[in-house]
Amino acid sequence: MAAPDAVFEGEEHAATQDPTHRTRKTAMWVWLGSEAFFFGAMISTFLLYRTTTAGGPGAELFNIPFTSASSFVLLTSSLTMVLADHATQRGDNRQARVWLIGTALLGTTFLAGQIFEFTEFVDHGLTLSTSPFGSSFYMLTGFHGLHVAAGVVMLLGLVAFSFRGRLNPDSGMNVELTALYWHFVDIVWIVIFTVVYLLQI
Amino acid sequence: MAIATKEELGYTPSTSGLWSWITTVDHKRIGVLYGIAALVFFVVGGLEALLIRVQLAGPNSTILSADAYNQLFTMHGLTMVFAVIMPTAAAFQNYFIPLQIGARDVAFPRLNAFSYWLFLFSVILLTSSFFLGGSPDGTWVGYAPLSTQLIEYVRMDFYSIGLQLLGIASLGSAANFIATILTMRAPGMSLMRMPVFCWMSLVTSFLLILSLPVIAIGAWQLFLDRNFGTLFYQAQAAGDPLLWQHLFWIFGHPEVYVLILPAMGIVSEILPVFSRKPLFGYAFVVFSGVAIGFLGFGVWAHHMFTAGRGPVAEAGFGLATMLIAIPTGVKIFNWIGTTWGGRLSFQTPMLFSLAFIAMFIIGGLSGVAHSVIPVDSQQHDSYFVVGHFHYVLFGGAVFGFVAGVYYWFPKLTGRLMSEVIGKWHFWLMFIGFNLTFGPMHILGLDGMPRRTYRYGEGLGWDAWNLMSTVGSFIIGLSFLFFFYNLVRSYRKGKPSGDDPWDGRTLEWATSSPPPEHNFDREPLVKHLDDFWYQKYGVDEEGRAAPLPDDLKPKVPPGVDEHGIHMPSPSYRPIVAATGEVTIGFGLVFSSTDWFGWGLVAFGAAVLLWGLFGWAGEPLTRDDH
Repeated sequence: MAAPDAVFEGEEHAATQDPTHRTRKTAMWVWLGSEAFFFGAMISTFLLYRTTTAGGPGAELFNIPFTSASSFVLLTSSLTMVLADHATQRGDNRQARVWLIGTALLGTTFLAGQIFEFTEFVDHGLTLSTSPFGSSFYMLTGFHGLHVAAGVVMLLGLVAFSFRGRLNPDSGMNVELTALYWHFVDIVWIVIFTVVYLLQI
Repeated sequence: MAIATKEELGYTPSTSGLWSWITTVDHKRIGVLYGIAALVFFVVGGLEALLIRVQLAGPNSTILSADAYNQLFTMHGLTMVFAVIMPTAAAFQNYFIPLQIGARDVAFPRLNAFSYWLFLFSVILLTSSFFLGGSPDGTWVGYAPLSTQLIEYVRMDFYSIGLQLLGIASLGSAANFIATILTMRAPGMSLMRMPVFCWMSLVTSFLLILSLPVIAIGAWQLFLDRNFGTLFYQAQAAGDPLLWQHLFWIFGHPEVYVLILPAMGIVSEILPVFSRKPLFGYAFVVFSGVAIGFLGFGVWAHHMFTAGRGPVAEAGFGLATMLIAIPTGVKIFNWIGTTWGGRLSFQTPMLFSLAFIAMFIIGGLSGVAHSVIPVDSQQHDSYFVVGHFHYVLFGGAVFGFVAGVYYWFPKLTGRLMSEVIGKWHFWLMFIGFNLTFGPMHILGLDGMPRRTYRYGEGLGWDAWNLMSTVGSFIIGLSFLFFFYNLVRSYRKGKPSGDDPWDGRTLEWATSSPPPEHNFDREPLVKHLDDFWYQKYGVDEEGRAAPLPDDLKPKVPPGVDEHGIHMPSPSYRPIVAATGEVTIGFGLVFSSTDWFGWGLVAFGAAVLLWGLFGWAGEPLTRDDH
């Protein structure tokens, strides 16, 4: 009778220790991979139509200094998100709450900037139905804005949980996962800002 | 196997009332729910197919109007792909992935329930279109500009929103399965000791994760073009209708593998058991599945060879298409190698598996012929293509799934399905299938275009079409045998015991039906086909021989020392899914009716309520 093989060293522990946390992070990364293709499809569409203005207004509408400023606001929110995550890891609920609220505020500021920008563009005659350029611009930046908004809702949810003392790393919806999502949405914005705004000049 | 007491379990097992099914988070129950839904929608999609065949039985038919015919064939495609094959795969995956990898449940039981309810409600949304202004009638591929401009009313809005919602449901379960397989395998079960069915499910899940978001964008653009004046596919405004074809097939081609890989996994489980040999070339089968997954993203434009994109692009996609035939062929050789020299027993699951191989070879060969672009240009949009993909999806996926039902039914119920009725079912289905779809190849080569509701006399198509219609009714009859077999065997089938087929994988190590927590003790895995090695050793001549009792591994009585933690039932998933589908209904009517936006707002509120409660709920049952 052949002796049974040994169980792989390490494998046994990797698969069983703290399963919930590892599992959640895996799922979040998988989800972000999916999101990357979601934005990839929209960015491809935009690249196809970046000059298809059909006689209507195009990239000359962009106010690069303004959008740079709002991009900076969004990037700063990644920093405050890191600080919130760090505070949670330390178990400092009060400080975590401050940074979470700060991140949500910065996100909201970015959204306000986007609404202002959209209003300006519409006033100058660029709408969803002006040209394929307009359609793809609003769809791409709009869906990104929706992702930021969803992130703000998640952050506010975490703030609410923090008042009920449920803001620990083990709870189902936790700061670390939200942070992963938030950083991803920021990185997508860097790509959008480059492809949509900077490449057009 | 000994039944653990409630005190030992440390959780309260679920009851069997209606509420327990609505709030269930048990992967086995959700698998059963998926299966039942898929069977119901199979009847719907099958009746649609029969109506199509009745219409086409003879020339100059007047039974259906062109409009009704367009709705029927579009809905037949959508129903069979999204409401039958995908959920049947999900049923098997839900039930058997945790059992095969030795886990207690999937990674996110409530997300799993949410995926199921959202899937069910989305298909109901799609089907309800019959009564709400007409069903989608722009083909299941929904090509622009037909889908954006020529179809008025809400028909193609049901299509785009339905795809959107079904996509979210599938994304949820795909992420769930990936997390489950990657992080929740029993100790010792390295990836290369994992059953092939789990491997193929892992590949399928990655394909879904990466392809669904692309069709989501396509469907949003279609929806916005139709309702909010965007110009993505409007050629008269410098938009490009071809963009839709690209987005659709970047999803659509991986989707083809999403439909077939689970069936390939099931057949790879069944063939070794009924050949009494290990799977021939396990690593090759696994890696060719992974290779199919990778290459599947590089061949989408072979659906567009007649769209005119220039010789370089077409040659590239033609070559990639030839390339993907290699891993597919590797699998086929491995299956044949598995049966070679084995002690075959031709029970119903085995018959369906062998038929799967044969039918899939035909479908695969007629498919790879399309990588030759001049050939494809001749056959494009003809009945040849219809014949080809039914050999893959029906002769492949459905035969594989039916094999899986016969194989695993004893695990679900503790009873065997009737072999006599099973064989009637098999032969009728096999004959009916070939009679239905075989002639379509000839019709296609004779020039009969697909998606036409009527053809004239004297074209030489009459006899083949009639043959095809007769075949389709034989398929219908065979499924009456199947349903009768299911009901009868469930009520009074022969008791099967825990391991009726002398199985090789872990699901046969637990009781039939399995307890809610699957295994009293977490399995410790030392081999590929570990359960086989718990039963068999090797004798002096190197042949498999049953282990004497004293050498069999002993499982100590009782349950794991650290207790069993089961997820608590929850009504939040169904609440969230209701909210989501209400948003969908609202969007369908958003441009025509004011109450559309009202529904969207109401649905969003329900969704948020469900999700927020969900996030704050205790995770396991003993937390209360």
